[in-house]
Amino acid sequence: MSRLPDDLKYAKTHEWAKPEEDGNVRVGISDYAQEQLGDVVYVELPDVGRRVKAGEACAVVESVKAASDIYSPVSGEIVEVNGALSDAPEAINQNAYAAWLFCVKADDLSELNTLLDAEAYKAGAETD
Amino acid sequence: MPFVPHTEDDIREMLATLGAASIEALFDEIPAELRCGALDLPPALKEMEVARLMHARAGQNRPLLCFAGAGAYEHHIPAAVWAVVSRGEFYSAYTPYQAEASQGTLQVLYEYQSMMASLTAMDVSNASLYDGATSLAEAVLMAVRTNRKSHSRRILMPKTVHPFYRRVVETIVGSQALELIELPYDAKIGRIDPGSLELHSGTDIAALVIPQVNFFGILEAVDELTDWASANGAVAIALVNPIALALLKPPGEWGKSGADIACGEGQPLGIPLSGGGPYFGFLCCRKAHLHQLPGRLVGRTVDVDGKPGFTLTLQAREQHIRRGRATSNICTNQGLMVTAATIYMALLGPEGLRRVALQSHQNTLGLMSGLAAIDGVERVFSGPFFHEAVFRTRRPTQKVMDGLAERGILGGYELTREYPELGEAILVCVTETRTQEDIEAYVREVKSLVSHG
Repeated sequence: MSRLPDDLKYAKTHEWAKPEEDGNVRVGISDYAQEQLGDVVYVELPDVGRRVKAGEACAVVESVKAASDIYSPVSGEIVEVNGALSDAPEAINQNAYAAWLFCVKADDLSELNTLLDAEAYKAGAETD
Repeated sequence: MPFVPHTEDDIREMLATLGAASIEALFDEIPAELRCGALDLPPALKEMEVARLMHARAGQNRPLLCFAGAGAYEHHIPAAVWAVVSRGEFYSAYTPYQAEASQGTLQVLYEYQSMMASLTAMDVSNASLYDGATSLAEAVLMAVRTNRKSHSRRILMPKTVHPFYRRVVETIVGSQALELIELPYDAKIGRIDPGSLELHSGTDIAALVIPQVNFFGILEAVDELTDWASANGAVAIALVNPIALALLKPPGEWGKSGADIACGEGQPLGIPLSGGGPYFGFLCCRKAHLHQLPGRLVGRTVDVDGKPGFTLTLQAREQHIRRGRATSNICTNQGLMVTAATIYMALLGPEGLRRVALQSHQNTLGLMSGLAAIDGVERVFSGPFFHEAVFRTRRPTQKVMDGLAERGILGGYELTREYPELGEAILVCVTETRTQEDIEAYVREVKSLVSHG
């Protein structure tokens, strides 16, 4: 059974989003997604400072058998990326919720309301 | 897997199983208007007639003593190379890249990659590309992808890079909004004018192409050029001759931190001239750029029982997985050619390669000193050369080349079309395959051609 923390928001495209105190939103991929991908070998992260729109592809997670686009769940500016993933991409397989990919300074936090909660995401993923 | 033909009975049986009336019926999805009608072909020839026709055509070839280089080089290929490569397992195996069926092939490719990485002093090599020119195009595209700090998509392309390579790169990258900026050369020395780089210092340049040896046969100031690229945030792409690397410093050791990418034409490594192909391109890079490297990559690993084996790896770079976002549209390599190159390199080893390079260099030195002594002939560039050099004569190059051809000599490559500013100049190459007598004959014939008329 894939893990699915209750306190996170999820996108249909398998990203999780965690709003933080400073108005930033931290983003990663779900446990279900890392399971489907298999062993992650490489992560391509966006440049810090880049502006993204909600739903825009801005990162790539590459496994031995697939390369998946990662979409920003919210609009804003990339303020931080997880550099540790370049030496240890497998961290995503080990703990998908600790191995965040990037952090967005959100323009409009209400965009989070269009995302799914754990139950809704789980229902969607099971019909995938 | 051997070729298995179908008999008429086999065909009847298959059609019966499919429930199809004929082979034609299997194509009934193709609309009538898209079908090819009758082709207006002459009547078929019998095998005997074809053989006679081909012999007659081949008889029109006149073998000339080769003094031409310009991107393709005649080196001695030990008989063992093609004797081994002609074995069915190498020669006619169809797409032998499945780990469960082709460990032998995969191992050869791994050895090839290891040798090229060693020769260029780089961390990784792919399993080869189509040829030298396209390997440069791939290197340029790769440099733009991997250079995250640069957004200009501007590439510095010296005029001392092979003119065909520059045209191929233009063709391939032209539709991808890359800008190729020509770098002029120093007319006295025959290499990139370092002053011309100053113009671009502090501007956003994605990559600098550094040929070694350049099209004129001249050695470039690779350390300076590589350091300039590094200081300017540009990726340094080394375009190198693999035989020359037996004598010269490899790209991985250029400047303070080495070049980032090394590419070039692998033909000199045991591939015959063959009227222009097939050849192969090589592409090597530092580990940091590995994920932007196009082409096939063979890796060494262990199987489920822990036994060592080989497999294609990092395939998520390639189009069968990544589709439009792949590192390239290439989905192949020059398997047969690199098998030959690997055997060639294994037979010669570093010492053998060094001797080939040295003999070629010494022969060219001998030829050029003989030519320079002729009244009416002069050496064009003062820079040090490897196994090619440029000379100018007081007679038109056409006349000199025709005269030499009449005397059974392919005199070189005329530079008048692509470098008219050099006047009546010819690029001549002497490899280890030319003897003292050959060289003396060349000098003698040129002298006679230049003093008459």
